[in-house]
Amino acid sequence: MRLAFKIALRFLKSGRGQTILIVLGISVGVAVQLFIGSLIQGLQINLLETTIGSSSHITINPTNEEKTIDNYDRVLYETNISSPEIINISPAVDGPSNLDYEEDIVQVLIRGFNIEDADKIYKINSNIYEGRAPERKDEVIIGKDLALKSGLKLGDDAVIITPGGGSLKLNIVGLYDLKVASINETWLITSMETAQDILSIDDKITSVEMQVKEEFDADIIAKDLSYTLSQEDLKVDNWKDQNQSLLSGLNGQSVSSVMIQVFVLVAVLLGISSVLAISVVQRSRQLGILKAMGIQDRDASLIFVFQGLMLGVIGAFLGIALGFGLLIMFTKFAVNPDGSPVVPIYINNGFIALSGLFALLSATIASLIPARISSKLNPIEVIKNG
Amino acid sequence: MANMIELKKIDKVYGEKIKTQVLFGIDLKFEEKGFNSIIGESGSGKSTLLNIIGTLDKPTSGQVFIDGKRTDTLSKSELAVLRNKTMGFIFQFHYLLPEFTAKENVLMPYRIQNYNITREIDKWADELLELTGLTKVKNNLATDMSGGQQQRTAIARALINKPKIILADEPTGNLDSDTSETIYSILRDINENYKTTFVIITHDKRIAEKTDRIIEIKDGKINMDVKR
Ligand SMILES: Nc1ncnc2c1ncn2[C@@H]1O[C@H](COP(=O)(O)OP(=O)(O)OP(=O)(O)O)[C@@H](O)[C@H]1O
Ligand SMILES: [Mg+2]
Repeated sequence: MRLAFKIALRFLKSGRGQTILIVLGISVGVAVQLFIGSLIQGLQINLLETTIGSSSHITINPTNEEKTIDNYDRVLYETNISSPEIINISPAVDGPSNLDYEEDIVQVLIRGFNIEDADKIYKINSNIYEGRAPERKDEVIIGKDLALKSGLKLGDDAVIITPGGGSLKLNIVGLYDLKVASINETWLITSMETAQDILSIDDKITSVEMQVKEEFDADIIAKDLSYTLSQEDLKVDNWKDQNQSLLSGLNGQSVSSVMIQVFVLVAVLLGISSVLAISVVQRSRQLGILKAMGIQDRDASLIFVFQGLMLGVIGAFLGIALGFGLLIMFTKFAVNPDGSPVVPIYINNGFIALSGLFALLSATIASLIPARISSKLNPIEVIKNG
Repeated sequence: MANMIELKKIDKVYGEKIKTQVLFGIDLKFEEKGFNSIIGESGSGKSTLLNIIGTLDKPTSGQVFIDGKRTDTLSKSELAVLRNKTMGFIFQFHYLLPEFTAKENVLMPYRIQNYNITREIDKWADELLELTGLTKVKNNLATDMSGGQQQRTAIARALINKPKIILADEPTGNLDSDTSETIYSILRDINENYKTTFVIITHDKRIAEKTDRIIEIKDGKINMDVKR
């Protein structure tokens, strides 16, 4: 066995040009596979992050006529104990309303939060670009797009027409930019108390929002949660049910990415196979004499398995290095005008290990045919034919 | 004296559809320590016979006994061990491994049975290289040696496991006569010092005449068998 390894090593060394070529072939294959895989993963994580990163993953909505949740302390408590996966629980008091400014009256959405809780989902504080978050009653913050449209500035009063018909002045203490135009244009973020006042729903809320640690488990967690909740008139929604087309898009992308990767690896496998098959023919003299001298067929075939393994190991390492190089180049050169990469790359160690393992496996499988030829080779053929 | 090699009614037929019989009922015995030569015209079946003795080829019928052991009942793996331990081969085309140095080539048959080189074996390899006059080039790759040096390396290699039998197929076929002489005297020395049985195929009448026994093959049969 050790002799087989020694001979394999020597064969690789003496056929240096061929060895370098094949190692290069494996490396490029692994690099491309790694690059494509990481790129698609990055793309998906990025897409997911922008789609649902700063939004509620699971929302408890009332189904009663008033569309309110009465005993919400209990609901919050039950939500909290339902699953350790649930994080960032935030009660909300929402309701439509109208904003009256000089030129026009527009529909807005009053969103009453416990700012501290809601901040964990929406990152409100870090997205306020002027002023501060609402603290006292009748304070409000408005979005960038609404501010532009209405001309309202920090310190102005926003005139709200309540569903009841009356009007109310809210002091604008801050301007936010949550990076989504529809939110920036319609959300008036205020305290729960203020919202309850405007919508005249006393001490009730209209929904409970939350996030989960594993986005893709949201549907399962939501199901558990709906079992846990004791109140009758509640319905639990989750982002997955509401984003079916996004999910099937991501799925399709994953499948095609895996297909590309598989084909690249198959190409690598065929490449190694053919080079090793040629090399077994080139070395048939040596194999013949080794067999005449009494080397066992098993060892004769191991020579090629070891060659495959070594090529695989070196190729995998070089390929991973090359793949990293490609990824780094990509994040350096494919950038947005502001200098941030078009697709932020996520380095997934498990995926890299898998790539390396696949390369190794391909190389080993590829060496099986030459190993078999080597094992079957009859020394007499070589000795007679010179 | 005991028989080192015994052939019983060896027939060899080549080909499946068009059959050509190359050897016809060969019965032969080679004694221990004998220095034998086989001569005969080209195509008479000498190499075929030697390869059958060396268990590299199988007779179509008949039996081969090596050191008293019947070989046709052995498995491929057992044959490999038998070859490795009891036989050394020297071929017309030396067949060194070009990826290895002279000394590594010499040690190869030993490594096949035992990877680790003991000090004794290392010394023995050096002795053999000295005996064959290769001390200076022992660390050269096989490809960086002259034809004669390569052939002498093959001889040293055939001896490393101290085999009881050495089979040589025109070991000096492509060498000049002086070098041939040297190589035969080396083989003779080994035969005398280590009591190795030799079977040597040669074209060279002068060399054949120096051996203890000459067997002539003609059209696949033993035409002449003289002992001195
Ligand atoms: N595979 C084969 N198929 C058919 N005929 C074969 C085969 N191998 C050898 N022969 C024939 O067997 C005969 C003996 O061959 P062999 O190599 O034993 O001759 P030889 O005595 O060693 O000749 P030389 O002195 O030229 O080496 C030849 O006629 C050859 O053509
Ligand atoms: Mg011949």
